[in-house]
Amino acid sequence: MRSEWIKKILFAATTAMLVSSVAVCEAGAQVTAQRLLDSGKEPQNWLMYSGDYAGRRYSALEQINISNAAKLVPKWAYQTMAGGKFETTLLAVDGIVYGTGQDNRAFALDARSGRPIWQYQRALPSDIRPCCGRVNRGLAILGDKVFLGTLDAHVIALDAKTGNAVWDITTVDYRGGYSITLAPLVIKNLVIIGVSGGEYGIRGFIDAYDAETGERKWRFYTVPGPGEPGHETWESESWKIGGAPAWITGTFDSATNTTFWTTGNPSPSNRGEGRAGDNLYSNSLLALDPDTGKLKWYYQFSKHDEHDYDATQVPVMVDQGEKHLIMQANRDGFFYVVDRRSGKLVYATPFAKVTWSDSKDPNGTPIARKDASPTLEGNRVCPGAAGATNWMSPTYDPQTQLFYVTAREQCDVFSTAPQAYEAGHAYYGSAYFPNDDAAPFTGALRAIDPNTGKIKWEWKHPSPTWSGVLSTAGGLVFTGDAEGNFIALEAASGKALWHFQCGASVYSSPMTFEMDGKQYVAVAAGSALFTFALP
Amino acid sequence: MFTARTDFRPGRVWSRRWNLCFLCACGVLAACGAAAIILRAQDKNPFVGDAKAAKLGESQFRANCAFCHGLGARGGGRGPDLTRAQKRHGNADGDLYRTINEGVPGTAMPPNGATQQGVGMTEEEIWQVIAYIRSVQAKAPAQIMGNAAHGKELFYGNAACSTCHMIQGKGGRLGPDLSTTSSARSTDYLVESVRNPSRRLAQGISEAMKEFSQEYETVTVVTADGTKLMGVVLNEDNFTLQMMDTREELHLLQKDKLQSYEKIRGSLMPPYDQKMLSDKDLQDLMAYLLAVGAQ
Repeated sequence: MRSEWIKKILFAATTAMLVSSVAVCEAGAQVTAQRLLDSGKEPQNWLMYSGDYAGRRYSALEQINISNAAKLVPKWAYQTMAGGKFETTLLAVDGIVYGTGQDNRAFALDARSGRPIWQYQRALPSDIRPCCGRVNRGLAILGDKVFLGTLDAHVIALDAKTGNAVWDITTVDYRGGYSITLAPLVIKNLVIIGVSGGEYGIRGFIDAYDAETGERKWRFYTVPGPGEPGHETWESESWKIGGAPAWITGTFDSATNTTFWTTGNPSPSNRGEGRAGDNLYSNSLLALDPDTGKLKWYYQFSKHDEHDYDATQVPVMVDQGEKHLIMQANRDGFFYVVDRRSGKLVYATPFAKVTWSDSKDPNGTPIARKDASPTLEGNRVCPGAAGATNWMSPTYDPQTQLFYVTAREQCDVFSTAPQAYEAGHAYYGSAYFPNDDAAPFTGALRAIDPNTGKIKWEWKHPSPTWSGVLSTAGGLVFTGDAEGNFIALEAASGKALWHFQCGASVYSSPMTFEMDGKQYVAVAAGSALFTFALP
Repeated sequence: MFTARTDFRPGRVWSRRWNLCFLCACGVLAACGAAAIILRAQDKNPFVGDAKAAKLGESQFRANCAFCHGLGARGGGRGPDLTRAQKRHGNADGDLYRTINEGVPGTAMPPNGATQQGVGMTEEEIWQVIAYIRSVQAKAPAQIMGNAAHGKELFYGNAACSTCHMIQGKGGRLGPDLSTTSSARSTDYLVESVRNPSRRLAQGISEAMKEFSQEYETVTVVTADGTKLMGVVLNEDNFTLQMMDTREELHLLQKDKLQSYEKIRGSLMPPYDQKMLSDKDLQDLMAYLLAVGAQ
């Protein structure tokens, strides 16, 4: 009798353990390199910054769609309790969401409830000097690790289950003005990152680290050194402080084993004197071999830039039949389509007000007007320094075959402020301030037909916004605005179907995932992360 | 930093790390405290009269401050004229350092490095900026031209400014409170705001402050029941409108429920030309605003 009773208890206990171990498996399945390649097969998850290697920020989930979007309700919120801009895009992996907050916070949350599983914050040195807020845009994941780039230019691997640091490497001495704000990109066994610092006269680079050990596998300097092709595009020693940071996550074409990265402005940002030449590879699209970091080809958008027109917008891969393209709505106001096999420009056409260029070279690349350069008294140029768009993600919807981008209509007065380079100090060589137009600055979500470059529809924002855009198979696009609204629109028409007032400006790009058969949409605003679903 | 930590309960898996962070935070705070003491001790600009430092400061000023204070530090639609001898938030070098480094709570002046515009300045660079400001500022407080007492009579009397504007708690609510405006804006800007109020409306400071940038645009709506309202926009987004009508009544409206909605990028205030307000009277009015602002 007694032994039977013990047997029962043992059986119950074993069953319980088995059940719980199954649960553990569900929540702890390894994210393999293959799963990243096949991310389209698991739309319930969001495995990388842009959702897929193509950088489309598109989800095949369709539970939330044009017929029911008006019924969306908030499900949970997570507060970082931190000030400043909250720019993260969550990863969603098998019931857990991973994100980052201001000042290099990182967290893992129960995707169902928003309750924290672990929270991490890096002890940052007091003298870091990120140019534009103590921000971070998200994590990458491989195996049982998530990867974080930090404001003091480290890359850290955190244990995905505990948040404990597994390895921590220094990419470069941050005191030279370097920082990392982007979400890394994992390709195969490598963690690929780039640096920020175009306002400090850094020499930009893109690095690859072994995901297991943190060992550096390659470095590609975005400003070529002596003897390298492109070095001749810099005047005398200016290459050493040439900028060209790479601060937005790239994309990856496994068919040709090519990773695409974009670069920012040459330094100093708004003063061309002293760096005569095209200043390669600033403001460029780079096609790199992810195994070696070797450059396959490059395409430079705005040459010898003097208006801070970083080309650090996600280079979105789109296939049209036999055409394999990169599409980018660029900060300089042009929508560029580039053949991603050859690196040749297909066309460039404005998607916002542009005055810095009024002609093109024989290849169709816009050329800067001579009189658009900043002057001591100030020179009004469109777009302004924050650009016609910026780092906020666009989206490409394969259903509507439209490219959606947040456009900003703001012109600035650019004036020079000559200054000597000093390591780690601000190195703008310029100032800019809003022009004195009577009309207020505005913005819009614009749907671009990539075949023609024409704008099919736009949703006007009362002021310029920093929200990215998500598209879904439900026929929807989601975006936010500077007034704090998170909005669902019909992808085909631009009609607003639903909105929620988050209480602070949206400075992030939304994403979506599924949990317990329920689709969620998530966005960061203020210091909180919000999720929405059907009731 | 401290308050952000109080919501972490001890005994959790991560508590040890948070305790460590807590200790780190204490360390950082202690270091900050020490730094504050050092800065407090250093109330004197090491670059007094140093023309070279002032020149470097000018570049820093253009990159970090000109956005609001204008290229020559003469002020603009967003920030005070810093060439005036008298600074509202303290005149001593140490005061200027504190104002630049810590910002001014309750105003649009952000702490150093938090402008989303410049990249933040080192201690040395702040002192250089102060050297620059000293190099361009007037040697003595400007003699207030005009008769402030008469200006006050005009404000509350014939010029009828107080119908819409308030000074030190007295007056109307439809337009901006003018109690401190003269210290926050250049005199040229104030004169223009009287002569041609629609030329430049009050400006939002930057996008970070956008939620609070009241620009006093004129709005006319017809509500669902046919009521016509005219007034100023207090705030709005794509879906809602918060306005004050000319009788100082608040209206909180949903745009999709309105019969009509029209917003003009112009002021409800009439332009005060020479006939309505002579140059002499305008000078007296400015004298009053300057006198009030200096208090």
